[in-house]
Amino acid sequence: MSKERIGVYVCHCGSNIAGTVDVAEVSRWAGEALKDRGVVVSRDYKFMCSSLGQELIQKDIQEQGLTRVVVAACSPHLHEQTFRNACKEGGLNPYLCELVSIREQCSWIHPDKAVGTEKAKAIVSGGVEKVIWDEPLEPLRVPINPVTLVVGGGIAGIQAALEVANAGYPVIMVEREPSIGGHMAQFDKTFPTLDCAACILTPRMVEVGSHPNVKLFTYAEVTNVSGYVGNFQVTIKQKARSVDTDLCTGCGICQEKCPKKVIDPVFEAGLGYRKAVYTPFPQAVPKYPVIDRENCTYFLKGTCRACEKFCPTGAIDFTQEDEYFTVDVGQIILATGWDLFDARRIPQYGYGRLANVFTSLEFERLTNAAGPTGGKVVLRDGVTVPKSVAIIHCVGSRDKNYNPYCSAICCMQSLKFAHLVHERTGAEVYNFYIDMRTPAKGYEEFYQRVLEEGTHFIRGKVAEITDAARYPGEEGKLIVQAENTLVGKQMRVPVDMVILSAALEPRHDFKEVARLFGISCSEEGWLIERHPKLDPVATMTEGIYIAGCAQGPKDIPASVAQGAAAAARVVGKIQQKEITMEPIRASINQDKCSGCRICNNMCPFNAISFIEDRMVSEVNPALCQGCGTCVAACPAGAISGTVFSDQAILAQLDGLLLNNLKAIDLTPA
Amino acid sequence: MTSNGKPKFAMYWAASCGGCEIAVLNIHEKILDVDANFEVVFWPVAMDAKYKDVEAMEDGSILLTLFNGAIRNDENEHIAKLLRQKSKILVAFGSCATEGCMPALANLTSIEEVVETYYSTISTDNPQNIHPQPTYKAPEGEIYIPKLYPIVRTLDQVVEVDYYMPGCPPESHQIAAVIDLVIDVLQGKATLPPKGSTIGAGGSTVCDDCPRKRDVKKIKEFKRIQDVMLDPEICILEQGVICSGPATRNGCGALCPQAGSPCIGCYGPAEGVLDYGARLLTAVASVIDSNDPAEIERILDGIPDPAGMFYRFNLGGSLLRASKAAWAK
Ligand SMILES: Cc1cc2nc3c(=O)[nH]c(=O)nc-3n(C[C@H](O)[C@H](O)[C@H](O)COP(=O)(O)OP(=O)(O)OC[C@H]3O[C@@H](n4cnc5c(N)ncnc54)[C@H](O)[C@@H]3O)c2cc1C
Ligand code: SF4
Ligand code: SF4
Ligand code: SF4
Ligand code: SF4
Repeated sequence: MSKERIGVYVCHCGSNIAGTVDVAEVSRWAGEALKDRGVVVSRDYKFMCSSLGQELIQKDIQEQGLTRVVVAACSPHLHEQTFRNACKEGGLNPYLCELVSIREQCSWIHPDKAVGTEKAKAIVSGGVEKVIWDEPLEPLRVPINPVTLVVGGGIAGIQAALEVANAGYPVIMVEREPSIGGHMAQFDKTFPTLDCAACILTPRMVEVGSHPNVKLFTYAEVTNVSGYVGNFQVTIKQKARSVDTDLCTGCGICQEKCPKKVIDPVFEAGLGYRKAVYTPFPQAVPKYPVIDRENCTYFLKGTCRACEKFCPTGAIDFTQEDEYFTVDVGQIILATGWDLFDARRIPQYGYGRLANVFTSLEFERLTNAAGPTGGKVVLRDGVTVPKSVAIIHCVGSRDKNYNPYCSAICCMQSLKFAHLVHERTGAEVYNFYIDMRTPAKGYEEFYQRVLEEGTHFIRGKVAEITDAARYPGEEGKLIVQAENTLVGKQMRVPVDMVILSAALEPRHDFKEVARLFGISCSEEGWLIERHPKLDPVATMTEGIYIAGCAQGPKDIPASVAQGAAAAARVVGKIQQKEITMEPIRASINQDKCSGCRICNNMCPFNAISFIEDRMVSEVNPALCQGCGTCVAACPAGAISGTVFSDQAILAQLDGLLLNNLKAIDLTPA
Repeated sequence: MTSNGKPKFAMYWAASCGGCEIAVLNIHEKILDVDANFEVVFWPVAMDAKYKDVEAMEDGSILLTLFNGAIRNDENEHIAKLLRQKSKILVAFGSCATEGCMPALANLTSIEEVVETYYSTISTDNPQNIHPQPTYKAPEGEIYIPKLYPIVRTLDQVVEVDYYMPGCPPESHQIAAVIDLVIDVLQGKATLPPKGSTIGAGGSTVCDDCPRKRDVKKIKEFKRIQDVMLDPEICILEQGVICSGPATRNGCGALCPQAGSPCIGCYGPAEGVLDYGARLLTAVASVIDSNDPAEIERILDGIPDPAGMFYRFNLGGSLLRASKAAWAK
């Protein structure tokens, strides 16, 4: 018999629960069968989360002197806070309330009412056993550092940084490339309005570069993160630029004079050249170039120094070394964007083998007035204007061999390309698509427009792109072989140029990024939000937010919206000045800990450290998120979690088994 | 047997190897203290006594019984119940009595298979193919041998136990310390620990006593002790040889790792740990340095006998206790 006075509340959730669970019976049963476990009140109610439902609990706490509360309703993700608050209002410590799920874990998955009802009883019984072990806890409060780190200077990161900076708070932005701008800076026009990418992007880049509240690190990376929400310590590696930014005026003479031409695999997508000393593009922010040491003649051979000789301010500094800074920040926004699917992985499409098969990013550079061809759409020979062009949708997307997901932007990007090809060359355009997806504002209208321009739309997955001519008229062409599923016929379309609308993929280094910042990513590698619908920019790690394509494929408007949303969350937190943290934490019993160090590398939040002189491990309670990983890993049983001690979990299991756990008997017959 | 007024002492072996008995004798001259302070009333390995003598004793008349060995057959069970009835303090002594030890590894197999293996496999010389029968009608009358149970149980799965003394066998200095304690209690100089406690052992795990240098553990390959030259200074587990030290209650003084051999876990689970094997298994799994499922499989192939590795001493006392094959029938 427990000494607690427990109240049990069984929710109908309209018919969500009551449809497949006899809630009145569950409540009656709990009141009788669990009386000797301390249950003094047991009720069922239509909507426990309504204010009337919550008042029921409060009244019982006050009138019946409840010391523990079990609510059997939906998932704790949804309403744990609601019922904890209800208990608090009623004068009971909120952590003495257990919410057990008889909806997600019971009524929604059992069509049979009898089964559902019995299972709900078991779940309630588990909750009652668990709540007996719960302890009153006080939330932790820590002050918040108003400085925000934004990682990644694409459009999403730029938006986030500007919103926070304009709200009056300091921002540190870290961008890996020599300039901010991200992929958008590579484009000429943007769908669906066809406004010039640079015209809308560069003013924002300049604003970031000159904002008094923004400290910008480019050609830099984050190498270490420790601490916790409100108080992170971040180590930034500033790669040696070999250019003294205090002296450099951005005149560009070094780039002009540098004799070493290098294929630019990043900004020009391999289609154009840059110098060994370079800014990726003329409007780069910041304006300071970097020397690419892997290709610079001086670093390779020890001679040249042309840039140094011509630089009017003496800014070239070959002796610079990588530098590491540690900065304190309160919150972090990750906007690291996407990588393009490597089209070589689909050999039958011939990319890398057939000269006139282009990737989408290459085509963006072709159409860009500042690109290698000055905006002229020509074949790889640099002069021939194509008379016919095929654009292949879904390359590496929606294909279980590569990426199962839809990259969200390729249909629109392919339509944009169809329009640009028409406009610039007058060529015949064939778009090969599987399904046309144009769901956002103005997108369907854009599709109609491209249709009217005379683009040929062929519904079918391309099987092969080949230069092996079989029929007259195919010689010297690329032949696109596909099944037109609308007419049910195989077809061969000879064209001069093929553009592969390749998938957006997670950044190649997503694993390291996720580990570094202590967050999780999906199987494919997209960073995971706290809730797919209700909390799309927060992560499971307090104080770390995600925005833009790092979270999943999306277009520019959606990336910008997420950047702004993440900034709003950050600013909201800063204005609270203090952060309340769940007191659900692991702790290590120093007498039991043997210092075996098994747990040391386990914590996804880097909360565990080893104290050399005492040979024991310790948990930093402000860092610990109560995930339980270390609790399970410690072989000495030295780590225990508040709210999820071994005893509490076993008690809950025993409750689920209707107190039969101890009764399992292996006595031989 | 006459009573000399001294408190009575008993020791018994059920399913065990005899090592516990030797460990007790190994306390050297301390054995004289036992004799000086106790009247030994029943100790089959050391003196002649009959079960019926014990049956005739008054309930609760034995002050201290050290019971070693697991419960494998009906005779073990009978004596366990008998000694429980006759003893004030019943100590589950040694790994077999506390955790099932090696005998309980048979809980992975049905008893028929165990007997079959014992009497008929290739390594057995049994030309007449004799299998033991529980009863046999001899001309002089019917005789019987104890009946084997399908699974091996620990002492506390059969009777209530007052204290647990782990070890395979318990270290002699720990036995001596426990005897000193009981003598002190008798002389009013100390009090007994709370019922159910583990005595004669430490409160942490073997690593706590191990002098080897240790770092964050990252294991890419499991190796077997015979295949490597171990560095004498560095944690054995970090060198890829599974050491049970992190999970095993201390008390032995970390003898094995100091002798260059991994801890094999004979002192059982740490205080409060319910399932030793599961703990050790999660700990070892936690330090595998790979996220690639195929590579993890490959690394795990380095552990040829996981059940024997992780539950070597503890299957009987674990949450698992036995495989379905052993007890389902
Ligand atoms: C061919 C093509 C055409 C497109 N055209 C359009 C269009 O017309 N209209 C439209 O709405 N959308 C278009 N999109 C989609 C658009 O590119 C994305 O929506 C947009 O780039 C997302 O911005 P972002 O900031 O999330 O990511 P990105 O643009 O990828 O920016 C991420 C930034 O983070 C930096 N970074 C990455 N990792 C790190 C790190 N670890 N540390 C520091 N910095 C890091 C990168 O260097 C980069 O600067 C197109 C996509 C493709 C493939
Ligand atoms: S020293 Fe290097 S960067 Fe400078 S001009 Fe020569 S090759 Fe170019
Ligand atoms: S795993 Fe447990 S015993 Fe080992 S160092 Fe961590 S807390 Fe200590
Ligand atoms: S429970 Fe353990 S592993 Fe999880 S966050 Fe806390 S310290 Fe880290
Ligand atoms: S794992 Fe073994 S060798 Fe390593 S510190 Fe622990 S007892 Fe010593």
